[in-house]
Amino acid sequence: MAEPLVKVEDLKQYFPIRNGLKVNWLKAVDGVSFEINASETLGLVGESGCGKTTVGRSMLRLYEPTGGKVTFDGTEITKSNIQQMRKEMQMVFQDPYSSLDPRMTVEDIIGEPLDVHHLYANKAERHEKVLDLMDQVGLKADHAARYAHEFSGGQRQRIGIARALAVNPGFIVCDEPVSALDVSIQAQVINMFEELQNKLGVAYLFIAHDLLVVRHISKRIAVMYLGRIVEVADADELCDEPQHPYSQSLLSAVPIPDPKIARERKRIVLEGDVPSPLHMPSGCPFRTRCRYATEKCALERPELTDRGGDHFVACWNK
Amino acid sequence: MENYDVNKMPKKQFLSAQIDLSKFEKATDEEKQQQDIMGESTTFFKDGMKKLLKNPLAVASMIVLLFVITVIIVAPMIVPYSYEEILTVNGKRDKGAKNLKPFTYSKEEQKFIANGGERFPHIMGTDEQCRDYFIRVVYGTRVSLIVGFFASIIVLIIGMIYGSISGYAGGRVDLFMMRVVDLIYSLPDMLVIILLSVVFTNVLSFKSGSFLAALGTNMVSMFMVFGLLYWVTMARLIRAEILSIKENDYILAAKSVGASPVSIIKKHILPNCLSVIIISTALQIPSAIFTESYLSFVGLGVQAPMPSLGSLANAAREGLQSYPYKLVFPALMICLIVLSLNLIGDGLRDAFDPKLKR
Ligand SMILES: Nc1ncnc2c1ncn2[C@@H]1O[C@H](COP(=O)(O)OP(=O)(O)OP(=O)(O)O)[C@@H](O)[C@H]1O
Ligand code: SF4
Ligand SMILES: [Mg+2]
Repeated sequence: MAEPLVKVEDLKQYFPIRNGLKVNWLKAVDGVSFEINASETLGLVGESGCGKTTVGRSMLRLYEPTGGKVTFDGTEITKSNIQQMRKEMQMVFQDPYSSLDPRMTVEDIIGEPLDVHHLYANKAERHEKVLDLMDQVGLKADHAARYAHEFSGGQRQRIGIARALAVNPGFIVCDEPVSALDVSIQAQVINMFEELQNKLGVAYLFIAHDLLVVRHISKRIAVMYLGRIVEVADADELCDEPQHPYSQSLLSAVPIPDPKIARERKRIVLEGDVPSPLHMPSGCPFRTRCRYATEKCALERPELTDRGGDHFVACWNK
Repeated sequence: MENYDVNKMPKKQFLSAQIDLSKFEKATDEEKQQQDIMGESTTFFKDGMKKLLKNPLAVASMIVLLFVITVIIVAPMIVPYSYEEILTVNGKRDKGAKNLKPFTYSKEEQKFIANGGERFPHIMGTDEQCRDYFIRVVYGTRVSLIVGFFASIIVLIIGMIYGSISGYAGGRVDLFMMRVVDLIYSLPDMLVIILLSVVFTNVLSFKSGSFLAALGTNMVSMFMVFGLLYWVTMARLIRAEILSIKENDYILAAKSVGASPVSIIKKHILPNCLSVIIISTALQIPSAIFTESYLSFVGLGVQAPMPSLGSLANAAREGLQSYPYKLVFPALMICLIVLSLNLIGDGLRDAFDPKLKR
């Protein structure tokens, strides 16, 4: 198999929580590894607060990672080469409202990456490039001089995508790019992501908490729980035959369009709350809410193991 | 949903709240296009100025301030006396022109006018050293305004740089920088100002003829005192604002695009705390003017014969019972300037940042 485009190994991101003089470490991401091939999409799902955004941000070194290694196209990303790497790896943010500077015009927002990396010879070329990017994401040219606050959520997200595309990156982290949007607009934006991938060949890490959204766009899906990946598999396989108890409960919560099937399906309702990442349970992090939990689960942490056919699960239960 | 047939909808029941779709008309293409056109693009500034101009108090204050500024620029060109000139008639010192009431002439001057001479009226009378009081008040206002503006600019520059570094860096750097601010903040202002002014006035010496010498050591030491003491409030305000702006994803977005910290501060953070900067600078000016007047009043301000509103008021104390108007004019001027600047500051705050309440 060819070398993957993006390789993440044992990524860790701990945040210090100062409580007086004592420092507690919040393990937002605790040893995450995955690979993404060129022009492919890996979906990343998990409930709110499980560390999805943090994975994306520490991959791009928006936070200084506590540990682990991120490799892009064979080069390890370090502090010294991150500036060049920003041309290869970009991000689309979760909140279309706070991710665009309210004091800048659309042209300046999309033009900023071009400015930073000196990607044009003169003003005219910059303008042309910005208009071209706007056209790619379906924005009208006469919107260039307007301010971000004049646009709807969907349009703002398109501006954010155009900004990410400006440097012509090989890989984009899409951090829940549609979860703040209306359902009707979600589909449009997701389709646009797919079209852009077909046209430009970019790879995505597509973060969402909705499995259906991710299944549609991803080749593979990783399920995250409390800062760890608990299951990775081919998108369809994971959705049809989830193996980890947590993935099963996630899937059982997905609404099904057909009422007949929906009635027959057993719904697994998780009991209890997500434990605080400050006080991780010993052994398997999912132990406190798992129906199949045994004594072994409390003692030892299960690692991701191959169950055949590139389907990885971190659970003691076979 | 596109080809939805209205007629296939279930019939509306009597008393049902269901919308009767058959009563709706389809939007024409023109109407659809109208939906697409957005309102006129307004920038943050245009919007704020519009609101400011709708505030009658702020507009009135601006007019008053403009009037005062015009007077202090134009008056020295028209009035034939200078602020340090002792009045003379026909080249001889006019000893009778002492403590004249407004719009009156001394005996010598009356004789001069009776002989067909022209004499410019003493609009505010004269002082005890036979100098025209109006022109002295005009110069005093000049000095006060200049001190106010420059001191505020110094405060703004120091406070902005310090506050933005502290706010942007965060963590330990922020902690240390803010403790320094707390330390300075906890000093009793007036005591330090008086001590510093005394020290600077004695230590500083300038080559005669230089720009600084023209200003006088007292004036320069006053700027330094303001610069050293009053930037802390500005630094705190700007830091607090930056901390909240830093939470926004567009700062992370700029970082992910590869922008340097300096360019992030310049292009994203400062423009977004512009409203706070404008407002607090506008409110800083009157407070600087007030402090200057106070210092001049206790004799630590600008050097004689250069007048300032504070030193004029101080000089007027002596003959307060006989010549009360001599206190009234500079005091009124201080009130007018400070009040209108404060009202403009308030207006700016309401127009640009309704959330900021003190
Ligand atoms: N800068 C930070 N400092 C301290 N703790 C943080 C920071 N960023 C995130 N966290 C914590 O890390 C954990 C994971 O947060 P993260 O934003 O990655 O979750 P998420 O999966 O993206 O959630 P959501 O679906 O709500 O976006 C949370 O408990 C959060 O409180
Ligand atoms: S390891 Fe144990 S507790 Fe964890 S998911 Fe599997 S069965 Fe449940
Ligand atoms: Mg998130």
